[in-house]
Order: sequence, then structure tokens, then C-alpha cells
Amino acid sequence: MNTTNASPAAPAKADFSSDQEVRWCPGCGDYSILKQVQTLLEQSGRRKEEVVFISGIGCSSRFPYYLDTFGLHGIHGRAPAIVGGLRSVRPDLSVWMITGDGDALSIGGNHIIHLLRRNVDVNVLLFNNEIYGLTKGQYSPTSPEGAVTRSTPLGSTDHPFNPLALVKGADGTFIARCMDRDPKHMREVLARADAHRGTSLVEVYQNCNVFNDGAFEAFTEKGSKADNTLFVEHGKPLLFANGTKGISLQDMRPTVIDIGAERSVNDCWVHDERDSFKASLLVRLFDDPRTQGGFPRPFGVLFVKDRPTHEAKLQAQVQAARERKGQGDLDALLRGDHTWEIV
Amino acid sequence: METPAKPKTVEPRQNVVILFAGDSGDGIQLTGAQFTDNNALFGNDVSTFPNYPSEIRAPQGTLAGVSGFQLHFGSVEVFTPGDRCDVLVVMNAAALKANLHKLKQGGIIIANADGFDRKNLRLAGYIDEADPLTDGSLEAYKLHSVDVTKLTRAALEGTTLGMKEKDRCKNMFVLGFINWMFSRELDNSERFLEHKFGRKPELMEANRRVLLAGYHYGETSETFTTRFEVKPAPMPKGTYRSITGNQGTALGLLAGARKAGLQLFYGSYPITPASDILHELSRHKNLGAITFQAEDEIAAIASAIGASYGGALGVTASSGPGIALKIEAMGLAFMLELPLVIVNVQRGGPSTGLPTKTEQADLWQAVHGRNGEAPIPVIAASTPVDCFEMAFEAVQLAVEHMTPVILLTDGYIANGAEPWRFPSSADLPTITPNFIQAPNDGDRFLPYRRDARGVRPWALPGQAGLQHRIGGIEKQDGTGNISYDPANHEKMVRLRAEKVARIADRFRPIRLDSGPPEGDLLIVGWGSTYGAIRTAALQMQAEGHSVAHVHLRHLFPFNKGLGPLLRKFRQVLVPEMNSGQLRQLLRAEYLVDARGLSKVQGLPFTSEEIRNAALDLLTHNTTAAAATQA
Repeated sequence: MNTTNASPAAPAKADFSSDQEVRWCPGCGDYSILKQVQTLLEQSGRRKEEVVFISGIGCSSRFPYYLDTFGLHGIHGRAPAIVGGLRSVRPDLSVWMITGDGDALSIGGNHIIHLLRRNVDVNVLLFNNEIYGLTKGQYSPTSPEGAVTRSTPLGSTDHPFNPLALVKGADGTFIARCMDRDPKHMREVLARADAHRGTSLVEVYQNCNVFNDGAFEAFTEKGSKADNTLFVEHGKPLLFANGTKGISLQDMRPTVIDIGAERSVNDCWVHDERDSFKASLLVRLFDDPRTQGGFPRPFGVLFVKDRPTHEAKLQAQVQAARERKGQGDLDALLRGDHTWEIV
Repeated sequence: METPAKPKTVEPRQNVVILFAGDSGDGIQLTGAQFTDNNALFGNDVSTFPNYPSEIRAPQGTLAGVSGFQLHFGSVEVFTPGDRCDVLVVMNAAALKANLHKLKQGGIIIANADGFDRKNLRLAGYIDEADPLTDGSLEAYKLHSVDVTKLTRAALEGTTLGMKEKDRCKNMFVLGFINWMFSRELDNSERFLEHKFGRKPELMEANRRVLLAGYHYGETSETFTTRFEVKPAPMPKGTYRSITGNQGTALGLLAGARKAGLQLFYGSYPITPASDILHELSRHKNLGAITFQAEDEIAAIASAIGASYGGALGVTASSGPGIALKIEAMGLAFMLELPLVIVNVQRGGPSTGLPTKTEQADLWQAVHGRNGEAPIPVIAASTPVDCFEMAFEAVQLAVEHMTPVILLTDGYIANGAEPWRFPSSADLPTITPNFIQAPNDGDRFLPYRRDARGVRPWALPGQAGLQHRIGGIEKQDGTGNISYDPANHEKMVRLRAEKVARIADRFRPIRLDSGPPEGDLLIVGWGSTYGAIRTAALQMQAEGHSVAHVHLRHLFPFNKGLGPLLRKFRQVLVPEMNSGQLRQLLRAEYLVDARGLSKVQGLPFTSEEIRNAALDLLTHNTTAAAATQA
């Protein structure tokens, strides 16, 4: 990894940046994400005080300190639960959750799946760097099998999670992927995530240049990016390798096809981000370009579904109970249903 | 109605302890609760102890499957469900075998004869299937063997109910009969049936018929010549209701939130014996209460922290194993300095322990069980009614002092019920959240700038100019920014501890529950041992002993008057349902030679056990041993 998109020395002196010194390693992919989020917030026209960032533990989870919004740096893996409680009582805020592959998928695995099935309205940015950074280089639940790390000198024996397949399995209502090295695309995806009502989960490939440098270079570097990435857009055919290749879908079976004399764009699978069954296939395009390399990795908004949010349903119950039983009177509550007099 | 063959006499009693026991599917809890209601409505003081197996339907007819409901009611004040019972109602052989030792000599046994067939006798472990109802082994008691099953079926002859449904009504026969025996009317039970089976008139009618059959059986059967009468108790005038400890906790939380002007958010995960708090709160959504059944115990407390951060009153509750899972998050709440109430309805431990039995063994966990120095106020409720008061106080302390607060109750008072002369909302104090509306340092906002009590402001998301970041990492005094400065860390540890210690400034002066202000022996109790200790202490005082009783509501920090009080007595006895946890805290804090009385059997103390230990200490000045098996 030789260059980065953001300069660590000079974070944009924008409205949404806090007075705290950013303390990620120089060259970390986190800088790029921070910058895009700050830019998006500035453009969104939101007031700073109505934005809340909740995080767990890990390098990424320091994120809230660097934004001049409300922020809560929680404990390892529990950010989704904190978000669930906050959202239940404050449907008015814009809530963002910052997490990493270890935080969300290992120690917080149980919480993230329940956040997704409940569809709490929050923008989740899952920084995936396939390594534990803050604890200095142990393999994570997304590290590929065989990964040699400080805790796996002979290679990891664990099969990794496919994060977005997990999200789809938990009935996530907004599923997207982007990368630190493509900030423009990231910003578009983040804007879509922000607009979605429900749990928007965006997996961000983020390079840890200290402990796992180059983990995603097949997707991010000029020489290999075109062949290994598939940028999906709603209503457009699935094309990659500069339009020379596409993906067809026949009998629910995706196949890579060459675009030319025999097969044309018309033979390609057309992306429908509202199609749940197709999304289940799309998240399964997960070949490791280093060892498999058949399918390119999809980026962009893979799936969107409108489903009522958890907090909306909770508030509706309170509302309905009030309509049925009235506002609730403390004295009536204390009195209960059965009383007797002692005279 | 037939005319009774013999005239029935009515025998007045001051108080009666009755124990209903049967298979966990026999409807014992319902029978007990209904009879309790009838007595409470009549004006008796009541105290109850439901005791049931942890299996939902343990194997029928076995000792493991026996469910019990003990009720103490009286024309005098009663403080416990009673040490031993006057009347034992058993639905089968196992129920008799499991509970006979609790019956007083000469006590009354009412046995369902149909529950003593060969199979039941074998399952209960009676050798050679010898029937205790007929072999003379119960001569020391007044035995009444009644064919409850047969009589129930007879009462339902001609109905379309199946045999199973008919047999399910037999608890109503018992209820009807017991109401006759204690000269109670059936109106309330009939109303209850109408309410319960309103949509199933056939079942309602069947239950009503059996209820009346049981009542008439008492009146007409020649074997019963005596009825009992327990007159109303001289309780303070007013309007009463019945309340269990878990209900009390739920209502205390709701009342506290209302008096603080906060929405209540209750995050919890199902666990015995705390789940009834969730059930109760979820019925009151119209008060704005949000209940959240989380994916696990950790999420339950973390969601409550999130809610408090958002400006609601976050509450979570559990029992021992669940509390263990919440401990890391308690540390976070402590660092964030946000209001949070954590209720531990203690049960037998360690690990899964005795889920449906009671214990007080989580005191050390509450006081000490966190990483780093994280003192959290710990308070405890002593009776079902006190659960209301202490839950209210927990809210008050948490909200006004920006701190998590642990409230300890236990399975004994959580499930037990007593009459409650409930307050009016106007009698409850207003709770004032420490909200801040504008920056507190020029145009800067310092989230950890403390007031004279050491309390930081509560700034809610959405308020312009108050944006700030908080977290579990050590923070700089004032600004709350991350700080690894050694001196700052030590200062912050001290400031947080001082804030919690200062909460003791607001406690009312310590007050003896009974006894002289100085003397030979002070019995120090906490939590659900209250009734047993109070009964023992009052009895000993009447016998002329120099014994006083103080019951601690505040276990951390202690009441400032406690140290001086301990020194006014020659000896100190600390009865606890653990191996001596409060005792050790008292010894460490006050260098007092407190003696312990331990009972770790999953069962509450009897007052007799307390009295014996106290007498022993007064006479022999020996360390009291563990409570003897009842």
C-alpha cells in the first residue's frame, strides 16, 4: 500500500469535525471513511446536535471522538444493544453505529443479528479489515482460512464469515458494500444508507496498513480492480472488467460470461435491489481473488427492503395502549384492580 | 341443602398458617392465591410463600414435582409466612411426604384420598406402598381424608366436560372447602372465576359448581365438626390492595419514572424469578413504559444504558447468573455516570444453582463485583411492599446522582404477597433529573463538570451546543476527553467514589426496627429476612431480653449512623441466607466482632431459628452455628 486518500495530518476542518486529535495510524483506511462521513453530514444539512454516533471497541470504534456530534464509545460488541435502547426512546435522532469485523461479528455477533432482524433505524458502518488491529494483529472472524497472524503462526484454521451473507440471513433491510479506496462511491452508498429507514448495514473494506496491509488490494488496486469488482446499480446489467464480462443468471445459477459476439449485455442479470432472492445470490458471490477468482466481488447497494422499524412499532404500541386505556394515571396504577377498606 | 347432622362449632384463632401442596399441575398456586385474597379482603393481615419446582411439569406424583403455597393470616400483624403450619392440605402422597415435617404437632391434615393410590404411594417412596392415611402413622395429627377427585367428578356429573377437564377443577373443591373451614364467603372466588373464564362459560360454571360443592361438603360432612374464625387484624385505616414483591418493584419503577418526568425503558431477558417484573411492566404501555425483551442479559443492560443516554430512565433486572453477565456493562454505566437501575431478584447460586429457591448470596457481587474501582450504590428491599419503596428510591438515587444503582430483592419476597396500604401519587416525592440546557463553561460544554454533590450534568442528544463524547475509557476531569494521564486517573477514581459516598448524606437517620437503643444484643438484618428477625426480636423483647433489631436498606454506602449504633450493643448477630457476606462487610468497615447466623438451603429463616441463635449468643457467647434443618 503506497498512497492513501486522506492525509492523516490535516483532517478537513469542517463543521462536523471535533477538536480531538485523530489518533489512527498514519495511512489507515479509517481516515478516508471519517472524511466521507463528515462530508456527507455537512451536505445533509443536519444539525450537529441531532446526530449520534455509537461504537463498540476497536480501532474503528474511536470514530465518535472525531465528530462534533453526540457520541458514545461503548464496550466491545455491545453497540447494537446500546443503539436499540437509544432508538426505542429517541426516534427523532440520526443514529450511526461504527463497528469492526471483530466487534460486530465476533464478540458482538449475537447483537448484530438481532439488531438486523428488529430493523432498528441506524446506519451501521462495519469497518472490515480482516484483522484485530487494536490488540495488535490477531486473526478476526473475517480473516481467510490459513491467515498467518500473531495468534495463528501456522495459519488460521477457522472458516471466515461472509459478512453480507450473514446480514442477509438475519433479514437485514439495507445491505451494501464499499471500500476505503473509492471515496466517491463510498459517499454515494453512505447517502443511500442514510436515507433508508431501518438498519442500513454498509460493509466497508478498510485497509489496516500495519497488521494486514493489502488485504483488499485485488479489489482496490488499478491493475486488478476491474477484473475483481462488480459495481452494481439498480436496473443495470451486472457487468465488470470494463464491460468485457458480465454475469448471467439462468435457473437461479449465476455464470460469468464474456460479452462479445455470442453473448451480449442483454444476456446479463439485471440488478434489482428489491429482489430478495437475487440478493441472496448476490451476497454469495464471495470468491477469494487470491485463491478462487471465479466471480468478482459485488460493491454498491445489494439489497433494500421497506419494513417498519422496531422503534416505530414500539411507539405504535404505546400509542395504541393509550388510545385504549387512556394516558395512564399513576394513582389508578397504584390502586390496581382489587382493593379493600379497613375502617 | 341438607341440614348438618351435627351442629358445627366455631373456634376463634388469632392466626393460622396453612400450606397447600400438590403436583405442580394441581393448581396449588392459584388455590393459595385465591384463599389469600379472600382473607385479605376480609381484613386479615397476610403473608405468603409460594414454593415450586423449577421444572414446569415435573414428573407427576414425585417429590420433585411438589408445588407448595404457604399462607399466614391473622387477626394480628403477621411478618412472615409462618415457621410451621397449622393446616396442611395435600393433593397426593408426595405432597404429604415432602411437607409433613412443616406441620405442627396436633395440626390438621386435609388429604385428597385419591392421591394416595398405590402408584402415588410408590412414586412418593412410601415403603411397601404403606398408606399413611390408613396405617395409623399420622395419629399425632388431626387427619381428614377426603375423596376430592371423586367428589369433584360427582359434582360435574351431567356436564359435557371430559375426565381430564373435570379433574382439573379439583383445586376448586379444595378452595371451597377451605373457605368453609375458615368461615369465609365465596363471593370473591366466584368473581375471580367469572373474570378468568368469562369467555368460556362452560368452564366457569364447572369451576363454580365444584367450588360450591367443596363448601357444602364442609357444611354437610359429619367428619368436620369445627370451623375456625380469624377476625380482621387491627391494621391502620385505609385502602389496601395485595401486592407481590415483583409487582411492588415494577410499580416502584413506574412511579419513580413518572415522578421524575421520564419515560421508563425496561430492558430484560427472561429469567426466574425476575421475569414477573417484565410481565407486569409490559402491561402498562399506556404509561409510556417501553419493555424490551433483549437477545441476552448483556443486551438487556446495554439497551437500558442506551435509553438513559437518550434521556429515559433505563432499567434492567435479572437474577444471579444474568447479573453476572451484566457486570461489564455496569462498569460502563458507572464510567458514563448515567442513571440506571439494576434489579437483582436473587436466587440460589452459584451458577444456575437453585433457580426457584431463595438466597441472599449476591451481596458481595453487588458491592464488589466489577473490574477496577467501580462503587455502585446497593440497596435492598425487605418485604413485598418494601420492594415498591426501594425501587422508587433506586430511581431517585440513580436519577438525582447520575449513577447506576443496584436494588437487591430475592425470590422469597419477589413471589410472596402482603397487603399494601398504597400511597397516593401526591404523597410520593418529586424526583429531579440533573438536566442541563446550555453550555456550562462560557460557550463550552463540560460534560464532567460536577456540582457540590459531585454529580455531573445530564445532557441529552438533540440539545444544541451540548454535543460531547463519552465512553468507557478514562476521561479527563471536566472535559470528558480521553486521558491516560496518571494523576488524572487517580483523581477521577477518587471523584467517582466520593460522589457515591456522598449519597449517604441524604439517608434518613438510622432507626431501630424494635428494641432498646442500647443493650446486650443487636440483630442486624437486610433484605427478606426482615419478617423472621422482627418476629424473633419482638418475642425476645416480650420475654425480657435486651435485644434490638436494625434492618439495613442501604448496603453501600452504609447509613452513617450504623457505626455508632453497632457500638451501643455488647454483641452483634447477623442472620443471612448466605455464609456471612454482610457480616464480613460490617467487620471490615467497623472492626466490630459481628457474629453470623447462616442458612444456605434455598429456604427462608424461621423466626425460631433466629431466636435460638440469639438466645445461644446471649447465654453462651458462642459463635452461632449454621441454622439447623427445620
